[in-house]
Amino acid sequence: MSDQTELAPAAGATAVPWQRSSRVLTYRGASIAALLFPPTGIPALLSSLKAGRLAKEGRIEEARLAGERARDWCWYSVGIGLAAYFALFLVLLFTIRDGVLREVYFERDVITSWDAWRSLLKGFWINIQVALWAEAIVLVWALLVAVVRLLPGRECAPIRFVAAAYCDLFRGTPAVLVLLIINFGFQRARLPLLENFSTTQYAILSLVLVYGAYVSEVYRAGIESIHWSQTAAARSLGLSHGQTLRHVVVPQAVRRVTLPLLNDFIGLQKDTALLSFIGVLEVLARARFINNSQATFTGYTMAAILFVVLTIPQTRIVDRLAKRHSLRMRAG
Amino acid sequence: MALLEIEDVHKAFGDNQVLRGIGLRVDTHEVVCLIGASGSGKSTLLRCINALEPIDQGEIRLAGDRVSGRGIDVNALRRDVGIVFQSFNLFPHMTVLRNVTLAPIKVAGLASKLAEETGMALLQRIGLEEKAHEYPDRLSGGQQQRVAIVRALAMTPRLLLLDEITSALDPELIAEVLNIVRQLADEGMTMMLATHEMGFAREVATKVCFLHEGVVHEEGPPEQLFGDPREQRTREFLRHIVEAGRL
Repeated sequence: MSDQTELAPAAGATAVPWQRSSRVLTYRGASIAALLFPPTGIPALLSSLKAGRLAKEGRIEEARLAGERARDWCWYSVGIGLAAYFALFLVLLFTIRDGVLREVYFERDVITSWDAWRSLLKGFWINIQVALWAEAIVLVWALLVAVVRLLPGRECAPIRFVAAAYCDLFRGTPAVLVLLIINFGFQRARLPLLENFSTTQYAILSLVLVYGAYVSEVYRAGIESIHWSQTAAARSLGLSHGQTLRHVVVPQAVRRVTLPLLNDFIGLQKDTALLSFIGVLEVLARARFINNSQATFTGYTMAAILFVVLTIPQTRIVDRLAKRHSLRMRAG
Repeated sequence: MALLEIEDVHKAFGDNQVLRGIGLRVDTHEVVCLIGASGSGKSTLLRCINALEPIDQGEIRLAGDRVSGRGIDVNALRRDVGIVFQSFNLFPHMTVLRNVTLAPIKVAGLASKLAEETGMALLQRIGLEEKAHEYPDRLSGGQQQRVAIVRALAMTPRLLLLDEITSALDPELIAEVLNIVRQLADEGMTMMLATHEMGFAREVATKVCFLHEGVVHEEGPPEQLFGDPREQRTREFLRHIVEAGRL
């Protein structure tokens, strides 16, 4: 009998009596701050005042609804206000001092010149080709490096070390330096097998070396993120270490790392602009040429537009792919 | 004859000595149930038999051949010894059928068409042929575990290890998995299972081994071990199980 009273105390015996909460959040301070952007700040404050009035009258639920409306308007103020003021800042920036910045970066004669665009696109085609070649090679090369770094056992320690040293070296060196060192040095040295390489090919080689080091880390993280039970299941069926990687671990890992992989590839695409440093007539070199001949900086703007236009659709595609796969990968 | 012989097997994870001299013998067509508290070494023992964990000391023999230590062909061993895990571990990026046919094609070198026919026949046996082209995430836990069993069976192992295969399942899904094991036992499949389903162990086992502190503390036919255990520890363990309403 005494046991039971301990487990379930009688109603009304609790230390603090249960009460209906009459607390109402009016978001008064936030609403006042929201006035910094009046179009949404004013409704925020009005709702907040209304919430206070209703709360005083004891209409608690209506007061809470008004308070929540005030909070919504406050958030609108933050988002829309920031965007509006930033737009205003840009307008000011490009109109200040008789619009000198607009003149320099968006000179009408240049930006509407079909010849200038054609020249830039011709250069940009080189950037795209170099990026595509480098990316295709990096996909394979980086996976190889990652797999080597994850070889098991003491007997593989030396080769693991070699792979790790490669990654450290090329992740630590600026891409532009790798490009300069490999291109000019190798060109002069006339190395066997490499002596017929063009400057563009040396550039691809350099980008592969640099981005291979980055991407191998992405692969490695992906492979390590696959739970060991997947490996155990595959090995228990008799699959070898290599078969397990190929059929079970890597396919899952690759799906998991598509997004960071794309990040690195976008970085690679942008770094193709470094080819201008070794005398390749790609988009940046051509932009510079336009700038010099027209006494403007509009060439840079146009080149930047090309890179952005190339990048945006890629991120959207990968977002969609990642969403599709994430559902399936949750099971297992 | 003895299909599997385990002799004085030791296994430690760092300072944690899990197996301290296990000795055990499994004859062809036997169904051996390992029971014991969590941490008594049931799962570790099964993983050692499949060479997923290397053993520190002792010897394991399959049909007379040594299958532990260095210098053995682990992939050949695993063709003969299948294992099913508590957490199913199906490959989430492959269809059910592909899960079943992967090893027969890649390891046993079967032609895909033949492997798929065999796979479909196996899936039909467990009533999941209409799920063959689904991905594992569309299956219930019980269905996934049945597929995992079939995946191991597709390699036609001589010994099947089942590592607490119903522990991760909702209660209403346990029966469908146990029915398959029961069916396999009736067909004469040699099996070793770690389990907490004492009622089931009592029903299908030809031999029950009580593991305690890394050794086989007591073994015997199920009627004797469950009905009249000799050892004090075994009696205590079974008393707890009865109190929990699981026997």
